[in-house]
Amino acid sequence: MPRIIVCLKQALDVSQLKADPSSRKLVTAGVPRKISDFDKNALEEAVSLKEKLGGEVVTITSSAEDAKTSIREALAIGADKGYFVNDEGLRNSCTLATSHVLAEAIKKIGQFDLVLCGEASIDGFSAQIGPRVAEILGIPVLTYARSITVQGDTVTAERSLEDRYETVRTKMPAVITVTREINEPRIPSLMAIMKASKKEIVSWRLADISVPPEKAGEQGSGVKIMDVSAPKVERKKETIQGESPREIAANLVKALIQDGVIGR
Amino acid sequence: MNDHKGVWVFSENYELMLELLAGGRPLAASLKTELAAILMGSQLNDRATELVRHGADKVYSMDNPDLKDCHTERCLSLLAKLAIEHKPEIILIGSTKSGKELASRLAARLETGCTPDCVQLDINGQGTLTTKRVVYSGNAVVTATYLKKPQIAAVLPRAFEKPEPTERKGHVVTVDVKIEKSAVEIVEINEIRAAEVKIEEAKIVICGGRGIDKKEDFQPLIELANLLGGQVGNTRPLAEDRKWFTEWIGLSGKKIRPALYMGCGISGMIQHVAGMRDSQVVVAINKDPEAAIFEVADYVVVGNLYEIVPAIAEQLRKQLS
Ligand SMILES: Cc1cc2nc3c(=O)[nH]c(=O)nc-3n(C[C@H](O)[C@H](O)[C@H](O)COP(=O)(O)OP(=O)(O)OC[C@H]3O[C@@H](n4cnc5c(N)ncnc54)[C@H](O)[C@@H]3O)c2cc1C
Ligand SMILES: Nc1ncnc2c1ncn2[C@@H]1O[C@H](COP(=O)(O)O)[C@@H](O)[C@H]1O
Repeated sequence: MPRIIVCLKQALDVSQLKADPSSRKLVTAGVPRKISDFDKNALEEAVSLKEKLGGEVVTITSSAEDAKTSIREALAIGADKGYFVNDEGLRNSCTLATSHVLAEAIKKIGQFDLVLCGEASIDGFSAQIGPRVAEILGIPVLTYARSITVQGDTVTAERSLEDRYETVRTKMPAVITVTREINEPRIPSLMAIMKASKKEIVSWRLADISVPPEKAGEQGSGVKIMDVSAPKVERKKETIQGESPREIAANLVKALIQDGVIGR
Repeated sequence: MNDHKGVWVFSENYELMLELLAGGRPLAASLKTELAAILMGSQLNDRATELVRHGADKVYSMDNPDLKDCHTERCLSLLAKLAIEHKPEIILIGSTKSGKELASRLAARLETGCTPDCVQLDINGQGTLTTKRVVYSGNAVVTATYLKKPQIAAVLPRAFEKPEPTERKGHVVTVDVKIEKSAVEIVEINEIRAAEVKIEEAKIVICGGRGIDKKEDFQPLIELANLLGGQVGNTRPLAEDRKWFTEWIGLSGKKIRPALYMGCGISGMIQHVAGMRDSQVVVAINKDPEAAIFEVADYVVVGNLYEIVPAIAEQLRKQLS
């Protein structure tokens, strides 16, 4: 009966981001946050493994912001318990610091068979946390899984790479990062949402998981963000005129030849 | 902290490694240090000299039958061992999916920072690497710099042009390889795409979206692509929901930067745009004049793709004959 830990990131809802029109700097203050999309797939996979094999599913989230609403949502989807490292000292953490914090929290949570992550988070999209956590814990990692099968103490995953699918196998405990193809996350029922309010969220400060301040936040980071700006779009946005599809096509082809992108 | 020296490049994809040499060259020049390529594989023959000709000052060559298919576990332990021994200042790794896993794990072992998917690399006034990459589903470009060494960056395919080979001298170091037993066993490999030209390498991409109702209706796009010597691409729903294809263009798919991108029946959601925004010229065909794709297009065609696409093909045939 496996015990599964799901790394659940509360990410910025990137579809709601806006850039300041004059400075082009991105405004992140006040932007709503939600469970990072692929993490919902990781959670769904964990919950369906539990439904098949028994065991337990817990989530771990690390954030300087409040993330309880997202953790409650995960509990409604089917996690049994949520762990939350919430500390001001986490601000400006890069993946080096975040993975250290998550790995220490996982050690404190105790025995487990699988750690599931998203292939990447929708805001950072670094795809680093899963592999890094595995290295710190000294266990194998299977990345970009589109299917997971557990048999005894062995886990098999089909990895979705650019030009191939790769079936890989390892002994548990292991870390697996999942792609969106792996499943369709369920939407919790009202009953499940109500039941979730009785489930426990364990909150920790950095000191509770024995992470010294110099291992978290900017001090514990290897990378520092200097600037976040909207990319320049310098497109012509020229409407191709024409009375008929034929005329439009002729005008378009003329323009493309003039630009030198298609043959004379 | 400067006992670290040298710029290293590694990718399990040899062509991408050549591109990384182009990315690493100016960094090494600016830091007045050497550019080294880490070569792993089986029966490498002339590859080491070829890497020198493409810009490497030094090649660490690891030739072993067990390195025939790049197995991330194996590459990782060899690379980590070499890096601990020689302390490079910068390590550039090809940002494929396996490459990103490798870069992250290497960074964890060396307890340092790593930025993935870089499209630009510079050395700042303090002699530190700075990188640029696209985040927030294509909504932003992040500039980042490093606080620790080695500085690891995963670099996207086609961020740099493969350099022209020249006659130059370099140093080839043969490294003894000891393959350790790996915790992960590869059971089976299935190639999913054996296309002659990869979509990332196509100069022209005609891309279709949900505005195309049936799979057969994709045919006019294929004809147009053939006429132009290009390739067809698609948005994710056509692969994931409709199962017409196995891959797609976008944030979670392929990133392309062709000379010409033509989007047909594509709304222009940021996740798709993230994969095509670096195209040189963008044409968008959509029947909805408010479609978001028009915001990132050079040429806006408001109309029915079922009429416009064949009309473009006809026009081209006329020009060609
Ligand atoms: C985390 C995440 C990652 C994602 N990653 C990707 C990704 O990598 N790549 C990707 O593509 N998507 C991705 N998506 C999905 C993305 O959000 C959009 O749903 C998708 O790109 C929309 O595809 P579309 O433009 O083909 O379809 P739609 O949005 O449905 O647009 C169809 C368009 O066709 C037009 N149209 C219809 N009929 C005609 C006609 N006869 N002639 C002309 N125009 C017509 C319509 O006006 C409409 O604008 C991702 C989503 C999420 C949440
Ligand atoms: N702060 C966090 N708390 C919990 N899990 C995280 C956090 N950041 C990243 N993860 C996990 O790591 C995955 C990859 O994130 P990233 O490396 O940011 O792309 C996510 O899908 C999550 O599963």
